[in-house]
Amino acid sequence: MSRFLSQLRTELQLTLRNGEQLLLTLGIPVLLLVFFSLVDVLPTGTEDPVDFLAPGVLALAVMSTSMVSLGIGTGFERSYHVLKRLATTPLGRPRLIAAKITSVAVVELVQFAVLVPVAYALGWSPSPANWALAVAGVLLGTSAFAGIGLILAGRLRGEINLAAQNGLYLVLLLLGGMVIPFGKLPDGIRAVAHVLPSGALADVLREALGGAGAQPGTSWIVLAVWAVVTPLVAAAVFRWD
Amino acid sequence: MQGLTVRYGDLVAVRDVSFTAEAGMVTAVLGPNGAGKTSTIEVCEGYRTASSGTVRVLGLDPAKHQRQLGERIGVMLQEGGVYPSARVLDTVRHYCTLYGKGADAAQLVEQVGLTARAGATWRRLSGGEQQRLSLALAMAAKPEVAFLDEPTSGVDVNGRDTIRGIVRDLAASGCAVVLATHELDEAERLADRVIIFDQGQVIADGTLAELRKGHDEIRFRSDPHLDLTALAASIGMVASQVGADEYVIDAPPHPKLMAQLTTWLAEQGHPLTDLRAGGQRLEDVFRRLTARDGGDA
Repeated sequence: MSRFLSQLRTELQLTLRNGEQLLLTLGIPVLLLVFFSLVDVLPTGTEDPVDFLAPGVLALAVMSTSMVSLGIGTGFERSYHVLKRLATTPLGRPRLIAAKITSVAVVELVQFAVLVPVAYALGWSPSPANWALAVAGVLLGTSAFAGIGLILAGRLRGEINLAAQNGLYLVLLLLGGMVIPFGKLPDGIRAVAHVLPSGALADVLREALGGAGAQPGTSWIVLAVWAVVTPLVAAAVFRWD
Repeated sequence: MQGLTVRYGDLVAVRDVSFTAEAGMVTAVLGPNGAGKTSTIEVCEGYRTASSGTVRVLGLDPAKHQRQLGERIGVMLQEGGVYPSARVLDTVRHYCTLYGKGADAAQLVEQVGLTARAGATWRRLSGGEQQRLSLALAMAAKPEVAFLDEPTSGVDVNGRDTIRGIVRDLAASGCAVVLATHELDEAERLADRVIIFDQGQVIADGTLAELRKGHDEIRFRSDPHLDLTALAASIGMVASQVGADEYVIDAPPHPKLMAQLTTWLAEQGHPLTDLRAGGQRLEDVFRRLTARDGGDA
């Protein structure tokens, strides 16, 4: 087995063994999707709440995996000197990073393989459904959130990083148009929400899967900027020990 | 290594250090906390960059050839370095694959005495078991040079014997073992050569015999509060009390002097509960060389 595959297998094994990570990446998105689709208490502004919720929860799933799960895991690897130990092996940083990216992609595939059928079962029927555009949005979103997760993981101590990632997750979930429409946010907050990566990703997914984006053109630009800038900042500020 | 200097901002952690570690030998690197040992070893591992000086490991510059070097060196960190939820055998197998030297994971686990704990996660291991797993990861490299940081720290007596045996076997196989330790007893048992760091500089470098040369002593235990003036008058040498019932005479262990000492103790009716003579213990050599308020090993 190659070094890359061995590292990828280790990353995936550890993710699967981590109950908190599974709850975050799969449990919470499924719960939000099912609960708020069946209990119509959110001001979604759509006839069927699942039409609004499904793209938002897919965006949430991307954020959970690429920012919080990756960020917390990497932060603890720093604290436990795992990165330092690996740096002395022939694995090399490019392979390590490639294994982490692939691991995130695999988890996202699993998330989508679970969430999309659940959404369809709840009555979601996106039209139009431009999945190619949605995948492009997911790729940009993954890059943007991974960058944010690694910036925090690369600078903060394990426990502080854990708190920061979870706190940011909640803020982006509530202000990012994932489960609460932009139109229902107060004016000042709405302006901020539109330039957040969570808001931009939810909006482009809503446009790609249902043609219901609030301002898709702007959201693509916002998402692309986050996708380019945050990994560059992460690369510049990340500390390996 | 020639003239190595490592700076962290204004702080000079390592200053103009030069030494070599030979293949087939155990080289112990000793020093008080903050003496520069870890920074020096991290430069050798390619993990940290030297501010100045020349470092070559197996003929390669660690800063430029970390990956090539990574295939040939084994590293054991002082603590951690393993995913807390990773299992023992899985972890060793992973590192065997990373090094690609064909090491047998199950055999390595057995060698470090962790077969019964092969399915346990790192966080469930005792401190000593974690050290042994960490050593197995270093051995997965089938290293030509092994950097071992505190390999016996927190390890019980039997585990220490296992680790000492592995370290000796590594050296016997031609590996250059660089052992950073606070445990002077371990260094004394294992090291062919000792390098003592203090305040970022090498203050002693040689075999144990060389470091002890010229510092012979007679160390004995007897009743507390011996009449040292009377003893000095009898044997012609001054004895110092270094413990409640422990005394040292700074002198070569000449048979005549030993006879005078034991005779005087017998005549005065004092017991002789312990007697050691010859070169100083490494601990005493270390204390002598690094004597400073607040220094520790």
